[in-house]
Amino acid sequence: MSHEVPLLTARALAKTHGRTKALRDATIELRAGEILAVTGTSGSGKSTLLHCLAGIVRPDEGSVVYAGQRLDQLPDKRLSELRRTEFGVVFQFGQLIPELTAIDNVALPLLLAGVGRAEAHKRAGAWMERFGVRGQEEQRPGEMSGGQAQRVSMARALVTGPKIVFADEPTGALDSLASEQVMAAMVHTAREAGIAVLLITHDHQVAAYADREVRLRDGAIEDSVDFEVAQ
Amino acid sequence: MSTRHILLGLLAGGPSHGYDLKRRHDERFPQARPLAYGQVYTTLQRLVRDGLAEIEGTDSAGGPERTRYRSTDEGARELAKWTGEITPPAPFVTNEIFAKVVCAILASTDPAGYLRAQRAAHMERMRQLTAVKTATDADLATVLSADYALSHLDADLRWMTTTAARLTTLTAEVDAA
Repeated sequence: MSHEVPLLTARALAKTHGRTKALRDATIELRAGEILAVTGTSGSGKSTLLHCLAGIVRPDEGSVVYAGQRLDQLPDKRLSELRRTEFGVVFQFGQLIPELTAIDNVALPLLLAGVGRAEAHKRAGAWMERFGVRGQEEQRPGEMSGGQAQRVSMARALVTGPKIVFADEPTGALDSLASEQVMAAMVHTAREAGIAVLLITHDHQVAAYADREVRLRDGAIEDSVDFEVAQ
Repeated sequence: MSTRHILLGLLAGGPSHGYDLKRRHDERFPQARPLAYGQVYTTLQRLVRDGLAEIEGTDSAGGPERTRYRSTDEGARELAKWTGEITPPAPFVTNEIFAKVVCAILASTDPAGYLRAQRAAHMERMRQLTAVKTATDADLATVLSADYALSHLDADLRWMTTTAARLTTLTAEVDAA
């Protein structure tokens, strides 16, 4: 696993919501297999940056390059295909489908990609095991604790074998112990599988799990700290 | 931190030598500043002088002669008193970071740059402690002592973020005074 190869590169991103400049000249690089924390106060542009990088919204200006492709110029169909196969996304509130059991939630991306039900369940079960939620397969999101639900969301984000997981305040709705367990599981699993993680957080204790930190302020990059270098 | 009370606490588990007390201290309080041998022996002598501990005997099993200490009844009472005493919750605000920010404003140097650098150092320490507590062999004492330090560093960082955002107002206030 190399931390030197840029996997995703965004240059001079700008995005305006109405009259608010959410992003201004933001340049950022995500290296293969690294865990990068993007921090900043509320309204600093963290989520907008994640949405631009993950191809969920298109920036007004600037470029986003993933594996040699300009995401900001890719046709919608190709973009959603790429998001489905190469990227995983975890939100603050897991956004699991409440009517489905945990195992069906985790298997869903595989089923959508045409994998057979038995095989999808087998792979989903293996990811649930890695996130320590084996035994919750038949529970629905409403029957699980916040920490369990978030671990199921992470299993769902990783089940397709993405290269990058985008996590937007993944522990924002959890108490400190559950938050710690979710972060430890995510970081351990991502490192083991060599998956890069772009972690949006305003919580320093969560950011401390990362290899590197980029701070946003008023939509611009304020500071970038490589923990392995900053001694 | 009261080394004499901590040694009395360790002696509450049974008589022990200075060397073992030092080793057990460092095990029980992971990530704490390790006790110096000299400090252990000096403190034990003072405990004996004050009647809180006494010499039980000496051992020299195949090595240098070592003095074995035990707590006295008075030592046990002193320890019980200390463990129930309230630690004053921060009676004075001791904040070197704030002092440096104010002095940087007075000296017209770069308080914002200082806060950014301090922030990076704090984050790096938090990352080290997070690695310590998430290591597969970390026991609960290690996790809890790392958590204590992490919570305090986190509080410092939140304070630094607020202060950095309000530097202009603070500068005007300091300059006007």
